[in-house]
Amino acid sequence: MYEKQILICAGTGCISSGAYEVKEALDNELQKNNMEDKVRVILSGCHGFCEKGPLLIVYPEDIFYCEVTGEDMPELVEQHLVNGNIVERLLYKDPNTEQIVSNHEEILFYSKQKRLVLRNCGVIDPENIDEYIIRGGYQGLKNALDKDPSEVVEMIKNSGLRGRGGAGFPAGMKWEFAYRSQGDKKYVVCNADEGDPGAFMDRSTLEGDPHAVLEGIMIAGKAIGSDEAYIYVRAEYPLAIKRLRTAIAQAEEYGLIGENILNSGFNYKVNIKEGAGAFVCGEETALLASIEGERGMPRPRPPFPAVKGLWGKPTCINNVETLANVPLIMRKGVKWFTSVGTEGSKGTKIFALTGKVNNTGLCEVPMGITLREVVFDIGGGIRGGKKYKAVQIGGPSGGCIPESLLDLPIDFDSLTQAGAMMGSGGLVAMDEETCMVDLARYFLSFTQNESCGKCTPCREGTKRMLEILERITEGKGEAEDISRLEKIAVTVKDSSLCGLGQTAPNPILTTLRYFRDEYEAHIYDRRCPAGMCKELLSYYIDPEICNGCRACTKVCPVEAITGEKKEPHVIDEEKCIACGACLDRCKFGAVKTK
Amino acid sequence: MLSLTINGHEVKVEPGSTILQAAEKLGIFIPTFCYDPQLAQVGACRICVVEVEKARALVASCCTPAADGMIVHTDSERVLAARQANLSLLLANHPLDCLTCEKTGECKLQDYCYLYGVDESDFVGAQKDYDLDDTNPFYIRDMNKCILCGLCVRICYDVNGAGAIEFINRGFDSKVTPAFDDPMEYSSCVFCGMCVDSCPVGALIPKESIRQARPWELKSVKTICPYCGTGCGLELLVKDNKVVKVRGDLSNPVSRGQTCVKGHFGIDFLDSPDRLKTPLVKKNGEFRETTWEDALELVAAKLKEVKPTEVAGLASARATNEENYLFQKLIRSLGSNSVDHCARL
Repeated sequence: MYEKQILICAGTGCISSGAYEVKEALDNELQKNNMEDKVRVILSGCHGFCEKGPLLIVYPEDIFYCEVTGEDMPELVEQHLVNGNIVERLLYKDPNTEQIVSNHEEILFYSKQKRLVLRNCGVIDPENIDEYIIRGGYQGLKNALDKDPSEVVEMIKNSGLRGRGGAGFPAGMKWEFAYRSQGDKKYVVCNADEGDPGAFMDRSTLEGDPHAVLEGIMIAGKAIGSDEAYIYVRAEYPLAIKRLRTAIAQAEEYGLIGENILNSGFNYKVNIKEGAGAFVCGEETALLASIEGERGMPRPRPPFPAVKGLWGKPTCINNVETLANVPLIMRKGVKWFTSVGTEGSKGTKIFALTGKVNNTGLCEVPMGITLREVVFDIGGGIRGGKKYKAVQIGGPSGGCIPESLLDLPIDFDSLTQAGAMMGSGGLVAMDEETCMVDLARYFLSFTQNESCGKCTPCREGTKRMLEILERITEGKGEAEDISRLEKIAVTVKDSSLCGLGQTAPNPILTTLRYFRDEYEAHIYDRRCPAGMCKELLSYYIDPEICNGCRACTKVCPVEAITGEKKEPHVIDEEKCIACGACLDRCKFGAVKTK
Repeated sequence: MLSLTINGHEVKVEPGSTILQAAEKLGIFIPTFCYDPQLAQVGACRICVVEVEKARALVASCCTPAADGMIVHTDSERVLAARQANLSLLLANHPLDCLTCEKTGECKLQDYCYLYGVDESDFVGAQKDYDLDDTNPFYIRDMNKCILCGLCVRICYDVNGAGAIEFINRGFDSKVTPAFDDPMEYSSCVFCGMCVDSCPVGALIPKESIRQARPWELKSVKTICPYCGTGCGLELLVKDNKVVKVRGDLSNPVSRGQTCVKGHFGIDFLDSPDRLKTPLVKKNGEFRETTWEDALELVAAKLKEVKPTEVAGLASARATNEENYLFQKLIRSLGSNSVDHCARL
């Protein structure tokens, strides 16, 4: 009989910051103290608070330790497990109030969240199906199997569940199309090709609660009349793939996948297809082409996959997070689900919160929460007491939302109106030192690199937009560049073949909408207001500080610095290439930028 | 039948028809690069975009099915702006050597730039820079001129079946090329020339016609390929009574524009000084020209001189099945079973 249980977060973030070393050290320490039989150690899925990883929770007292290392384990075992004293130095300290918190639910990062989809992540052992079942797992499937397919479709329609992959298309409608399509064979495809830079909602869900996704897939299968599914997951997610394979094997062993599931006559097969990492394969038609072994390029719609999808068969394709919502709706009912969220956006949304906030990580929030709450409560505000500037929401397809819209409720329609989009859930917070032109340039370099090249506007347009943005950030912007950017952006958005191209200009269009003055400052004043664009900085030497040590003259590659020994030096702005070598070299802080 | 409105005109079309087909029925012009009625449509080039009321973005008319009650605009400001900007984007990455380009006069990019008033690109930047591939005797591939419409790739896969070319790389670096980016000579290309016929710009140029004629100087003469018995339709492009180049005849019901290397590129014999134009009869150990009448009389006389079993007939693949059938019947009726055929050209 175990007296205590310790959960160590084994999400990819915590693993890379040393979770396995912590586990090994803890096991060793428990062995030394003969406590292996009293304390059970579990590697769980992602807890979300990656900023503070590796994370460790001791139950039943629910003490939350963060940033633990292997070296902390002897103290933790001796103090906490043997003597019953909490190790205070390893507890979480609120960066703003400096208050020490021991219970994770009291941490603002967690208390503002509503973890429905992530309810099991970080709580159960994802490689043990029993733990999933104990927490109500596969009850939703059972309920679905007892119903007529049309009733299941109706329930999802009534729940108002919208696709979490980006565009927010009503999932129930998609299911209904696939349900109504005639076909001897139908497929369910789970889109786990999460590609937005910095986004890892789907990975954490798959790693932390793979059965929830499998259960969602099979409910969709029952609803549309399919007997086979593909999970398209990127090969860069080896842990997710491993845990999915384990979960499938365990579910097969329990008769939850296979022939005549739960004596219902329903048969189901689940395949995993590893993607090679092209961003465009997250677009549903390109994804299907990739499963079929073709080059990952989008196909025109209609016909929509629900009518003619994988190998020409009716196919229902949903994102991981969408499918992970489904078992909950089937188990707890439509009313329960619709009690969370706003009129047009029901339920919760998971965001990967990154950028200049204090608490980066994964958070699940009810739809309708304001950006302010996410950034300042969950995110703990801006790091280093700097001034908040904007958030980029929805990754490279999304847009920038300025400070004036901090009280914007996060839901599909409000975000679209603001020129951004929900996207798959990337949320990057920026402070006053972020240059918005450079930000747009970064996202365009991503989409330009990931454009498949099939259609003209995206292939040629993303390249030209990137070139213009590069020019502007390098201080070579031309007066016509803003109108050129707008012209290309509108064309690419309006005439591209797939969602990648249609949304790629969003970072430009929103930064132009809310931060046009920054573009103008770069072009007309040759100045980067955020002080970020290197080529736009001009260097000078403060004669009050310079002691004429000559160190800077030796590192200057273009001999732009002159001056007598022990006399203040001068930088010739004509010659200076703004490489910054002198700034790095000067020990006295005499080299400055303006 | 479905009923839709295009530019204010109502039109009725069969279900399954595209907006482009409906517009064609009304005589409304929509530009296309990657469209080919004999292939499945891919909607890649986006030049055929039109505005459909209530649709979020512009749609490609070549592959969007017409729907009942649809209201379409093919010449709205929004559509024209998109076409102009897309042409400008293509032009920014296309050599402007139209003065000497073989395609001038029948180049779709040139025609549409003229039509939409795009005289130079607003978006100067990096350009493709590939070497020419002229490793084969039949055509030159200049991928700097390619607009990546993909027609050649689809023709090669879906019509010929050779599958010699595909896209490599992605985005701006996309390129149509054989496997491993090898020269055509080392690919599975059978040089049927259908890709050359399909190219809307000057990326694929038949070698035989280089600097021979401008498109407007050429007269089109439809004929049947003389090579084998299949009887493919060819379109000969003739200047001053000389065949400059050949392309498949799309209107021919037998071949519908398809060709093989012989019919497409094997035209050098036409004006060859070695070409036989009359029968030859050997006299005193030397071949002399003669008339068909004399030649056939000579053959008939010889046949009478020998025993039937001493006669053998050799037929040709250039004749049709029916002609070959009749030929063997003739030889057998003479009393010989020795009939053979050259099997292929």
